[in-house]
Amino acid sequence: MRYLTDRKRAVGMGSAKTGTAHFWAMKVSSVALLLLIPMFLFTFGPMLGEDHATVVAYFARPFPAIVAALTIVVSFMHFKDGVQVLIEDYVHGLAQKILIILMICLSYAAAATGLFAIARIAL
Amino acid sequence: MVQLTLPKNSRVTTGKTWPKPDGATNLRKFQIYRWTPDDGENPRVDTYFVDMDTCGPMILDALIKIKNEIDPTLTFRRSCREGICGSCAMNIDGINTLACIYGMDEVKGDVKIYPLPHMPVIRDLIPDLTHFYAQHASIMPWLETKTNRPAKEWRQSIEDRKKLDGLYECVMCASCSTSCPSYWWNGDRYLGPAALLHAYRWIIDSRDEATGERLDELEDPFKLYRCHTIMNCAKTCPKGLNPAKAIAEIKKMMVERTV
Repeated sequence: MRYLTDRKRAVGMGSAKTGTAHFWAMKVSSVALLLLIPMFLFTFGPMLGEDHATVVAYFARPFPAIVAALTIVVSFMHFKDGVQVLIEDYVHGLAQKILIILMICLSYAAAATGLFAIARIAL
Repeated sequence: MVQLTLPKNSRVTTGKTWPKPDGATNLRKFQIYRWTPDDGENPRVDTYFVDMDTCGPMILDALIKIKNEIDPTLTFRRSCREGICGSCAMNIDGINTLACIYGMDEVKGDVKIYPLPHMPVIRDLIPDLTHFYAQHASIMPWLETKTNRPAKEWRQSIEDRKKLDGLYECVMCASCSTSCPSYWWNGDRYLGPAALLHAYRWIIDSRDEATGERLDELEDPFKLYRCHTIMNCAKTCPKGLNPAKAIAEIKKMMVERTV
């Protein structure tokens, strides 16, 4: 229980003067994924069921490797921003901060793992 | 963490079934949420039977009839009875709307009436809208100017005036904000569709000179960007307005001045 005026409660700590950058980043990554996901499906798809040597030779070519790398990086950056909003919506207090940190770490770790795998195959 | 179940003292129980009116043949069943802070009891749903042959066509007519003829303790807000004051907003048949302009014939079967969702209840169908009104006040819902006041009126072209259509009609009934899941979970910080629609009404007003300051005040992950275009606000608005579009326009302006 705190004795605050209604106005003070409504205004809170005021505007954070941020949010548009996050919103815009989500839009940009959405548009990028709109192009990247079909390209990834069309480059990754034909390799399903192929033998190891063929797949390695295929991903040693620049186009499939770059498309796969970009898809992984942009997807996980989009995932990071999106899940942050989701956590902010539903979880509050200290748990919110901890979950956001864990989710950001997970996103970067997953993106790095994907990039390492592609580099391993391509180089 | 978001509360997904009602706390023990808010769980709704079955209430009293009031006697049917004598000699009535055309009866309609009303199930209405009741709660009073005076007795320490849980909320309950009371059942009433209204004689449709002697009742007006709107839900509010039935509520007034119940209060006048069956149960004078039933409490609800009402005033203009023509959709202008916004007082009688409540959840009817699962939809937030104004009881005075919602026809009985729009509801199939029994009529279920609850207060606006996810707001503290003062009594029966009356929610506490204190925070909602304070949020509205915080967006400065008035004309802000810096230029000296003109000798006559602030002039506005017909085209610019048209931009206020679909915005100025809002009666602040709170149907939209209380239908918004984002407002349910983060209503303490998220301004909600009603306040944001009003914010846009002043941002887009050609006479207002505080556009930048207004956008500055809204640039916040919670005040504005909790809107995830769920669109419940536009679906439920009893005046047929589209707060989600107004919010999207604010976001577009935010991007426009950044990128």
